[in-house]
Amino acid sequence: MPFQIPKTVYSGKINEVRIGRGTKALTVGGETAYPFYLFEGTMPHPPRIAMEVYDVPPEDWPEAVLEPFRDVVHDAVAWAQKCVHDYKAESICLQLASTDPNGMNRPANEAAQVAKKLADAVDIPLIVWGTGNPEKDTDVLRAVAEMCPERNIVLGPVEEASHKKIGAAAIGFKHTVAASSPVDVNLAKQLNILLGNLGVRDDQILIDPTVSGIGYGIEYCFSVMERIRMAALTQQDTKLQYPIIANLAREVWKTKEARLPDDPRLGNARGRGILLEAMSAMILLLAGADIVVMRHPEAIRLVKEMVNELTAG
Amino acid sequence: MALTGIEIFKLLPKTNCGQCGVPTCLAFAMALAAGKTELARCPHVSEEARAKLSEAAAPPILTVTIGTGEHALKLGGETVLFRHEKRFENPPGIAILISDTMPEAEIDARLRKAAEMSYERVGLTLRANLVALKGETGSPEKLAALAAKAKQAAGNLNIILMSERPEVLGAALRACAEKKPLLYAATKDNIDAMISLAKEASLPLAVKGDDLEGLASLTEKVASAGLKQIVIDPGARKTARSFQEQVIIRSSAITKKFRPLGYPTIVFPCEMTDDPMKEAMLAAMFLVKYAGIIVLSDYRGESLFPLLVARLNIYTDPQRPLATKQGIYEINNPGADSPLLVTSNFSLTYFIVSGEIENSRVPGYLFVKDTEGLSVMTAWAAGKFSADTIAPAILKSGITEKIRHRRLIIPGYVAAEKGALEEQMPGWEIVVGPRDAADLPAFLKTWKS
Repeated sequence: MPFQIPKTVYSGKINEVRIGRGTKALTVGGETAYPFYLFEGTMPHPPRIAMEVYDVPPEDWPEAVLEPFRDVVHDAVAWAQKCVHDYKAESICLQLASTDPNGMNRPANEAAQVAKKLADAVDIPLIVWGTGNPEKDTDVLRAVAEMCPERNIVLGPVEEASHKKIGAAAIGFKHTVAASSPVDVNLAKQLNILLGNLGVRDDQILIDPTVSGIGYGIEYCFSVMERIRMAALTQQDTKLQYPIIANLAREVWKTKEARLPDDPRLGNARGRGILLEAMSAMILLLAGADIVVMRHPEAIRLVKEMVNELTAG
Repeated sequence: MALTGIEIFKLLPKTNCGQCGVPTCLAFAMALAAGKTELARCPHVSEEARAKLSEAAAPPILTVTIGTGEHALKLGGETVLFRHEKRFENPPGIAILISDTMPEAEIDARLRKAAEMSYERVGLTLRANLVALKGETGSPEKLAALAAKAKQAAGNLNIILMSERPEVLGAALRACAEKKPLLYAATKDNIDAMISLAKEASLPLAVKGDDLEGLASLTEKVASAGLKQIVIDPGARKTARSFQEQVIIRSSAITKKFRPLGYPTIVFPCEMTDDPMKEAMLAAMFLVKYAGIIVLSDYRGESLFPLLVARLNIYTDPQRPLATKQGIYEINNPGADSPLLVTSNFSLTYFIVSGEIENSRVPGYLFVKDTEGLSVMTAWAAGKFSADTIAPAILKSGITEKIRHRRLIIPGYVAAEKGALEEQMPGWEIVVGPRDAADLPAFLKTWKS
C-alpha cells in the first residue's frame, strides 16, 4: 500500500489579533491548521506567554513560585520590570486581585492607576484582568481603558453580563477584549456575536474559554478548545475564528498538589509545581491556546523551548 | 474501518430469519454498525463474510497487549483523532528505562519504583508499572539476567525488552517469556530474525523505521508473517518531527484506514533530552498526541504524578464523568465544632470544593452526596441533589456522632432547598454558602460553631 500523508481539509483561518503598540506589539493567531500541524498549514505567529503580575502581594503562594518574586511583590511596577529585564517577558498580565468585592474591594480608579503606571513603565503588551465579578470588572476595566487610551491593552474577563460597557470602552479607547465564557463552545460563540453586534472588530477579540490545570478539569477546557478550533478551521464558523487566551497560572498554583511539601512519592515541591504549570500549559497549547498566562520563570522557559522546537519545523 | 449499515447488510445472508434477535437482516446490519450487537449472533453468516466483517470491525489502531492476567497492559484500540468525538480508549503505558549497564543497586531501586510508585485519586490507583530493559552491553547473559530479575519483581510489572540484536533479545525473552514482554525492535537489518523470535514465543513486536514510509513497509512484512501484535516507532527523536509523525500515524490510520500504520506507537522522551524537566514536557505532549508507550529515563515523583493525573484526565470518557464515593471527607483534621458542608459527587466538584476548604485552613467535614457524577446545578435540576435525598443521606451518614452542632452549609446554587431541608432535618440550621467554591475560604473564616 503506498503511503501518503493525509491532509485535513481546512476551510477557515484564525484571525490575526495585534496586542500592545509600537515595536514591542505582538500579533497572535493567523493559523491555518491545528496547533503545530506544520505539515498541513501554517502557524505564522507562535503562541505567546504573558507573565503574571499582581497589584497586591500574594498571600498564599507556595514558596517555589514566591521565591523568584519575593523582592518585588509589593510593587507591581518593579515586578513587571523584573519580568522584562530578568525573564525577558514578552507580555505582562496584571491581575487586579485587589478589586475583588469579597476581598479588599479596592476602588476602580485606584486599581486603574496601577495599570496606568505599569503601562507607562513597560513597553511590552499588557493584559489587565479583573476578578470575575461582572459589576466590579465593568467599573475597573472601563477605568483602565479610559486611563490608558490607545495602548491596545487586553481587557478581561469580558463576560456576557459585562460585555456592553467594557466592549464600548474597548472600541472607544482602542483596546482588545478577552471574551470569557464558562467552558462551552456555544456560549463562547454567542458572546463573540454579541461583541460583534456591539461593534467590536474581529481583530479586537480573543476567546477566553475558561481554563483549569491538570487534575482540576483540564480535559474539559482541552476539549472545548479543540472543538472551537475545529469549528473555526474546518467548519467555517467565523464567530469562533479568534485566537484563544488561557489564564492558567492562578488555577494551577492554588491547587493542593502544587502546594504539598517535598514527598518521596510526589517528588520535590518546586519541580512538581513547575511541571504542573508547564505541562498544563503544554496540553492547552496543543488544544489551540495562543496566549498562556503563566507564573514561574522555569515553567515559562520549558514551555517556550517546546514552542520554539515545535514551530521550528 | 467502520462499515456503514448498508455495507454490512450486503455481506449478510438476507434470510430475515430473526434468530439474531432482530426481525430483519437490515435491522441487524444497522445494529452492528452502531456497535449495539455482535456478529456472532448471526448463525447463517458465511465464513468469507465473517472474515471481512471482523477485519472491518477491528479498530483503525489495532489493540496490542503486553503482559498477561489482570495487570496486562492494553494499548491502542483507538478510533478517533479528538477525544470529544468519542473517547480515547487505552491510556499510554509509561515506562521506566533500566539498562543492563546500571549497577545492581540502581536496577533494584528502579524495579522497586516501577512496582510501587502509585497514587490514589477518585478511588482509582494511578500507576505506571512498565519497565523498558535495555541491552546496552550487548551481552545476551546480561540482558537475560536483567529480564529474570524483572520477572522476579512484583507481579504487576510489564516488560519491554530492548535490543536490536536478535541473539540478545532471544536470550532475554527466554528469561521472561511468560510475562509476554514487548520485543523492541525489529529494524530493516534484523527483521527476519525478529519475526521468528516474536512468532516462536507469540510475543508483541515493536518495529522501528527510519521514516514513515520505511516503517510502513516493515510492518507490512511483519503482518504478512501473521503477526498482528505490533507496536511502531517511526524513528525520529527531534521534537517537531516526532510530534508530526505521531499525528500523521494516527490520522492516516483513522481517516485513510491505512493499515500499515494502524498500530500503537512507542516514543522515547528519554532519548530526546538530558533535562528531566524537558523530558516531562515531551511526555506530556506525547500523552495528548498520540503515543501508545512513553519511555522515560526515570520515574520522578514531581513529573510522574502530573503525568499520570493528566493521563487520567485526557483518557476520561467525555460521556462518563468521574465520580467520587459518597461519604464524609475530613479536611484539615476537623473536630466536633468544625463546619459541615455538602456537595455533589462529580469528581471535579469534589476536588475543587475540598481544595478550597483545604486552602481556607479551616478544619471541616465535607459530605459528598452521590449525584451519579453530576455537578451541583445539573444534579439539582435532575432531582438528584434536593432536600428529600440530601437529608436522609446526611442523617444516615453517622456525621451526627462526629459533630456537636447541627448546622449544614449548602452550596449557594441550591439555596432554594433551604426551607425543605430544615423541614426534613428537624433541629438543624441550614446555612446557604457561596455559589462559587473560590469564595469558600473567605466564607469559612467567618465560621463560628
